Amino acid sequence: MTDQQVEVWIARLLRSGVLLAALIVLGGGICFLAQHGEMAVHYHSFRSEPPQYTTAPAIVAGAMGGDCLAVIQLGLLVLIATPVARVAFSIAAFALERDWMYVLITAIVLAILLYSLI
Amino acid sequence: MNFLSLTPIIFVIAALAGFLGALTGLGGGVVVTPALTLLLGIDLRYAIGASLVSVIATSSGAAAAYVREGYSNLRIGMFLELATTLGALFGAYLATRTPTSALSVVFGIVLLHAAWQSTRRSPPPSTERHPDSLAARLKLHGAYPEQGRAMEYTATHVKTGLGLMFGAGTVSGLLGIGSGALKVIAMDQAMRIPFKVSTTTSNFMIGVTAAASAGIYLHRGYIDPALTMPVMLGVLMGSLIGARVLMGAQTHVLRWIFAVVVGVMAVEMIYNGVAKR
Repeated sequence: MTDQQVEVWIARLLRSGVLLAALIVLGGGICFLAQHGEMAVHYHSFRSEPPQYTTAPAIVAGAMGGDCLAVIQLGLLVLIATPVARVAFSIAAFALERDWMYVLITAIVLAILLYSLI
Repeated sequence: MNFLSLTPIIFVIAALAGFLGALTGLGGGVVVTPALTLLLGIDLRYAIGASLVSVIATSSGAAAAYVREGYSNLRIGMFLELATTLGALFGAYLATRTPTSALSVVFGIVLLHAAWQSTRRSPPPSTERHPDSLAARLKLHGAYPEQGRAMEYTATHVKTGLGLMFGAGTVSGLLGIGSGALKVIAMDQAMRIPFKVSTTTSNFMIGVTAAASAGIYLHRGYIDPALTMPVMLGVLMGSLIGARVLMGAQTHVLRWIFAVVVGVMAVEMIYNGVAKR
């Protein structure tokens, strides 16, 4: 596989990730508006989101339990994961080319990303 | 106001921002945040969180189109990501410790720069060449297609580029924008990478940079699901339509209108920030 082919393949993967994320977010949004559409908004003053919407395990658990807002957050997690997946796949691509320097550089970038996510 | 009436309004604003952002090449994030705070009075921190997430959507969504053209350079992008992701972590950390009034002023300054940048034409291809041993060791070179020929290039001033990229990452993490304009300046003007390679590589980097700070924003509770939903879907839809229209569109007049709109928003953001304290 050439560089270009690998790139095209990764780009397709990215687009599928964004599409999947958008569909999950849309589903969660419709569900939320159907249930709580009449609720008053509170965006003029900031209060931090409750813990059930700020960590990956809590979001997944909430989405499984049918919490519409958690479903939206799950979609956003999928979205955040797409560039991370891109970096992870690039490691494999560089390894196939036996470019160990770039395997290392890409692995450091991945470590920084995972540090912020976890 | 309730969610049912506000959500469509947010969606339309976000779609417009994404559309204009794609047409002018500045990205939707830089417009959607001031629009949400100035027009709807949404707290800046909510707007920044929502905008940051939509930046990832547009960057990843557009990647397929850019890759096919064969301009973007994976090695240069990945190497510079070392600096932008670290910068993004730093920026997101700063954001949680900076008062909103100060954030508003900084945002206004970045908007002023964006307004100025959007009225400039693409700079001529750089011809100046300094041999850079670091660039050679890191394989920061490539070739791009132009009029049927492969044009070769090598990056220079690698350390300056890295430093500027750290700054671009910090601004991205601090304000929840892609800071594509700053990334292009670092690559095109400092590192002397051809403009087309710079812009397409920057687009790929934007998503990775934003993902680095998105984790911190999520943990800190800045990403509100009910607000981010219409923002992300709107910006994504607007930018996809914008990218289609862009092919062959006459954008000169549009750029000027955009510059004026962004300039007005910049002044308002700075005024709001100063007036609050």
